[in-house]
Amino acid sequence: MSGWTEIKGRAVALAQSNIDTDQLIPARFMSAPRTDGYGDFLLHDVRQDDANHILNRYTNVDVLVTRRNFGSGSSREAAVYALVDFGIKAVLAPSFGDIFRSNAVNNGLLPAQLPEADIEDLIAAIGDDDVGATVDLSTSTVRIAGQELSFDLDPVWRKKLVNGWDDIDLTSQHNDGIQAFRAARFAAHPWALPTS
Amino acid sequence: MSGPQTLFSKLWTSHEVTRRDDGTSLLWVDRHLVHEGSHHAFAKLQSRGMSVAAPDLTFGVVDHYAPTRSGEVASDIRRMIDTLGRNARAQGIRLFDLRDPGQGIVHVIGPEQGLTLPGLLINCGDSHTSTHGAFGALAFGVGATEVAHILATQTIWQRRPNTMRMTINGALGPAVTAKDLALHWISILGADGARGHAIEYAGPAIRAMSMEARLTLCNLSIEGGARLGLIAPDQQTFDYIKGRNFAPKGTDWERALQDWSALATDEGAAFDQEVTIDANDVAPTVTWGTSPEDALPITGRVPDPAIMSGAKGQHARASLDYMGLEPGMALDAISIDQVFIGSCTNGRIEDLRMAASVLKGRKAKVPGLVSPGSAAVKKQAEAEGLAQVFTQAGLEWAQSGCSMCVGMNGDRVKSGDRCASSTNRNFKGRQGRGARTHLMSPAMVAAAAVSGHLADVRPLLEGRT
Ligand code: SF4
Repeated sequence: MSGWTEIKGRAVALAQSNIDTDQLIPARFMSAPRTDGYGDFLLHDVRQDDANHILNRYTNVDVLVTRRNFGSGSSREAAVYALVDFGIKAVLAPSFGDIFRSNAVNNGLLPAQLPEADIEDLIAAIGDDDVGATVDLSTSTVRIAGQELSFDLDPVWRKKLVNGWDDIDLTSQHNDGIQAFRAARFAAHPWALPTS
Repeated sequence: MSGPQTLFSKLWTSHEVTRRDDGTSLLWVDRHLVHEGSHHAFAKLQSRGMSVAAPDLTFGVVDHYAPTRSGEVASDIRRMIDTLGRNARAQGIRLFDLRDPGQGIVHVIGPEQGLTLPGLLINCGDSHTSTHGAFGALAFGVGATEVAHILATQTIWQRRPNTMRMTINGALGPAVTAKDLALHWISILGADGARGHAIEYAGPAIRAMSMEARLTLCNLSIEGGARLGLIAPDQQTFDYIKGRNFAPKGTDWERALQDWSALATDEGAAFDQEVTIDANDVAPTVTWGTSPEDALPITGRVPDPAIMSGAKGQHARASLDYMGLEPGMALDAISIDQVFIGSCTNGRIEDLRMAASVLKGRKAKVPGLVSPGSAAVKKQAEAEGLAQVFTQAGLEWAQSGCSMCVGMNGDRVKSGDRCASSTNRNFKGRQGRGARTHLMSPAMVAAAAVSGHLADVRPLLEGRT
């Protein structure tokens, strides 16, 4: 996966709270191989029921602005695949589901946390249109709807997004430590090994 | 650091392989549970030409796509199940497949098989992995990239969450269950109220709970946004584990008991947040909306979005629109089309006993499906005569699996239909496209079944339990 530092693109607002992963991708699509592309599955049922849905009217979207508890619910990483394959690279919201956030970072999608008041201002400013947006990871800022806002981002996550890093590579340098940990753990706590 | 420690802190520290300067820890994983949905992770592993680092600590189970009714199995479902079987065989992983007597929902069979033990770190690519915390294990759900990482290294990078102690004082009333307690606290704190936190549940009401009830409570931690839930193990925990399939035996058992007795929060240890709930305040609770936080006592009324503020009002309006409900309606006047009893939240034997005690000698006014949480629960329920109670009431008795909790196997609620359900998510479309889900305890589902509408189970159980 390749990393990124800055995106300049289009943003839309989805003025809803609690958009859960079951809405982001209905379960029935999750058996598809990733190579098929998951973009069409994004908010599939919601979009099909509402021809006027913002993501039907605008399909060239890089940044999504939305309300609290985005990506709550199931651990399905497919919810992130659907956003990424649709073309979205950053989601701005007051809060995210914890597992969703780490899944996002593992796939190059920025979950940028902003104060609720800023999000409400943005939603009001963007309305039903699309607007230009620039997201800069190096400064943790987003320029959107005539405002410059800064978001919270874990420094490790920033590094991962910028470099497109894969944890497995990072971890392999600890292989010896892991092997030693395993040996010590089961020597001290033999009950921790499954029997039978 | 040698001051008083929380249970969480003890568990975390004892699994830390290393910690980076930025504070992220590399944690050792004692048990890794995989299911059909893990196919993305196996594919990632394969694409890197790697194999599973610790097959002896990895266990697979067919549950999410498990067919629970007889008849032809759709080809994409068959493919999902076969793919897991192929990956498990290739990597030497013990698999509980469809015909295995140990098969069941991953979070039901972990404890049942003695794979879930106090003091372990348990991961699974499923958000309800928090369930296993009921045994004093550090258990949390992860995504596919992380599953691949655990398969490859038997470790996971994690930032240490904050801690929250939720003390439950008093006692739950008759027919009021751990499910009601969970919906109650989530309705107070919100679906993201415990976000970024590890919750330790404590207090007299927790000590009084059965292992089954504790599993239900920890299971629902994620619906309040928590990373995980925890309960310090006690004699009841040890009694539950003893003699189970993969549990320690002989001298290992004695060593285990010694280690486990230290698994409690020390007097004076500090939490980032303290929450206190009075169990006496909890009534049988149902959801009316499309988030688990949209929950109220069954004696209440559908709220009015017009008197709720901004975003909250908008959420409520959208929820009621989807749910087809009017503000101000009495909750027990909401008629239903069907019921479902099952899932990792409420598919254990105690749940089925409770539902059966309501249904015994009564007829359901609507159709419904009962899917036991595991093959072992199914067998026991049949031996105890519970299965007969369900079928005599007119409900369908099925095989074990995730079934109508998520609908992946084809057990779905029809669009527009309203289901009283013992599951954990009332999200839009969770039980099927357009399905309307009301969450509640299995006893409350049974009450709804015999009433044809949402109903208070308490009068129906008078003189019964
Ligand atoms: S029963 Fe439902 S919540 Fe539990 S593991 Fe299965 S799909 Fe997930």
